[in-house]
Amino acid sequence: MVTATPTELLRWIVVLPFLGALWNLFLGRRLKGSVTLVGPGVLLGAFLVGVKAILDLHALGHDAALRDAVFTWIPASEFTAEAALWLDPLSAIMVMVITGIGFLIHVYSVGYMHDDADVARFFTYLNLFVTAMLILVLADNLLLLFVGWEGVGLCSYLLIGFWYDKEENAIAGKKAFIVNRVGDAGFLLGLFLLVQTVGTVDISSLPQHVDALRTATIGGVPVALAIGLLMFVGATGKSAQIPLYVWLPDAMAGPTPVSALIHAATMVTAGVYLIARMHVLYALAPAALEVVAIIGAFTALLAALIAITQTDIKKVLAYSTVSQLGYMFLGLGVGLPGAALFHVVTHAFFKGLLFLGAGSVIHGMGGEQDMRKMGGLRHHMPLTCLTMLAGTLAISGVPPLSGFFSKDEIIWGAVAGPHAQPWLGVIGYLVAFLTALYMGRLFCMTFLGTLRADEHTKHHLHESPAVMTLPLVVLALLSVGGGFIPIPAIVELVTGHPHGHAHAPLWALVLASGLAFGGLGLAYALYVVAPDAPVRLAANLGALYRLSLDKFRIDELYDRLIVRPLFAAAGFLASTIDQGLIDGAVNGSGSLVSEASRLVRRLQTGNVQHYAFSFLVGVVLLLGWMLR
Amino acid sequence: MTPEQLLGNAPPSWYLVLSAVLFAIGVVGVLVRRNLIVIFMCVELMLNAVNLSFVAFARAQGVMDGQVIVFFVMAVAAAEAAVGLAIMLQLFRVRETINADEVTTLRW
Repeated sequence: MVTATPTELLRWIVVLPFLGALWNLFLGRRLKGSVTLVGPGVLLGAFLVGVKAILDLHALGHDAALRDAVFTWIPASEFTAEAALWLDPLSAIMVMVITGIGFLIHVYSVGYMHDDADVARFFTYLNLFVTAMLILVLADNLLLLFVGWEGVGLCSYLLIGFWYDKEENAIAGKKAFIVNRVGDAGFLLGLFLLVQTVGTVDISSLPQHVDALRTATIGGVPVALAIGLLMFVGATGKSAQIPLYVWLPDAMAGPTPVSALIHAATMVTAGVYLIARMHVLYALAPAALEVVAIIGAFTALLAALIAITQTDIKKVLAYSTVSQLGYMFLGLGVGLPGAALFHVVTHAFFKGLLFLGAGSVIHGMGGEQDMRKMGGLRHHMPLTCLTMLAGTLAISGVPPLSGFFSKDEIIWGAVAGPHAQPWLGVIGYLVAFLTALYMGRLFCMTFLGTLRADEHTKHHLHESPAVMTLPLVVLALLSVGGGFIPIPAIVELVTGHPHGHAHAPLWALVLASGLAFGGLGLAYALYVVAPDAPVRLAANLGALYRLSLDKFRIDELYDRLIVRPLFAAAGFLASTIDQGLIDGAVNGSGSLVSEASRLVRRLQTGNVQHYAFSFLVGVVLLLGWMLR
Repeated sequence: MTPEQLLGNAPPSWYLVLSAVLFAIGVVGVLVRRNLIVIFMCVELMLNAVNLSFVAFARAQGVMDGQVIVFFVMAVAAAEAAVGLAIMLQLFRVRETINADEVTTLRW
């Protein structure tokens, strides 16, 4: 049983970034110099408060949590919801990732957005984004969590469409927003179902309602399964899983630090966190977990296959994120939330690093994102190249870098874990090889070989300033050494130890690292040693290659199946029902009165003699009737 | 030849028929003529037709009530004529017409 200790410390973790957002919103434009201090500064403050809170938590020992009851939010008689924050080891990890990585990204943004006219607005959104994400992970109940959940959705919309004068960016922002709304509908339905079943939204009180959740059914379906699946729909939206992953690659339209923030520290990890947080519920619904595992594995595979052929450096990384998130859900699905969270953290390290590195490359290339026009950048941007190498090796799973440990934990968990699905483990190994291949391809095309840029870009080419490279170095160190943080053990303080926890045997470790080296080696052979081989390969694999290049035409499929029918239905409603039926009825009753009055108006000539005539007719009729 | 000699033996119905004919001429005049003064005159004709009925009835009954009412009617008609002519005079100043068809701006 968890004992919650009251504190008033936690609110400052949330309030500080929010104050930063307010400062930048109202004073940022006037005090231009303050933005670049306040923006990252509040994050550092939140990080330090978080460290202090975690030290307090640690001093309380196992099975403890800090609870900051800020105010009673909804005091209805039967149902109450408090605005309370909750810090246990699970949320502590997330707070460290969000504020820590977030701080580095903020510092980097100072350099990256230096020339932008709207820096104040940018940092307002950025701080607000972090605020919303912190509310999400620290929320004591699901209602408050939903506030943060919607908050990150809003901020992602604002930031992806940050350069709103470009139509394409505005559309990408809208797409992220709308796709997420679809997922949120699932989340809300699950939430309602939970309230109906147990009458509370408190996450920490869920263990007391296990019996009710286990026995209740709705329409013949166990409630736990229904809630689990509905909440997973929400998670697929936020965390970009099949079928709602399509917004994430388009989200690349935003400034690169935003991509790093979305992909590393906020937003996409929300779905993973939600399912880990609701582990009590999912333990009652193994079928829901099975769905999570299968969706995760297939998302990982699909996205990795797409990533292989993309030429936009950020698109490769975006599909890579979708793929890695698939790993995390696979980990959750096979009953290892610790391993999933482990991958969340290491992924935050190396994906944050890779995005910021890509941003550094784009910055140096003067906005060029096409890898076909890069190459040989190791001579021009040595520090970026070195840190990117660390990130590439880490994500590919080269031992003993961080990605190796977290990925191995998940894949071996799929093969021999508590809810093992060995065939999903096989997909996991396949994706591990593909990951090394596409990341090796990205690195080779960007930094090795010869420079393929035009003269103007070549002349402009330069290493990024220290304010940008310093976060890269810190993240590179974390990517290399992050695997030694005992995240699974920390998470299991909250979720409990999985049954039959198995350590991977030596052959599995050798296999995993062999796949990593194999993928990287193949990429080196294809893109450095024999650069014309990929072209021939692409020609030979014609249809398959084009399918991958076109992202398996999923967007087009959605367009046909959902978007266009919706537009057609909306068009029908607009033209036939609204303009025809409703407007017709409204205008019809108006013109009916108008027509009738046109007839009666004839009587009102204003001519006295006409009135006198009708008067006479009336008198004659009256007399005729009286004298009858 | 006095009126008694001329009409002394005439029954009241003759007066009433004459009165009705005069009244009908007045009504038709009000309805068909467009000149406001002529309409006005036709109204006077209708009033006098009624006066004739009053006098005829009074004489037939041998009482004076009818004659008295006729004086009232004539007094009111004189007052009405003064007001009506004043209105027409004013109307002619503003609109330069006393044609009833052209003075319909007060409708609605």
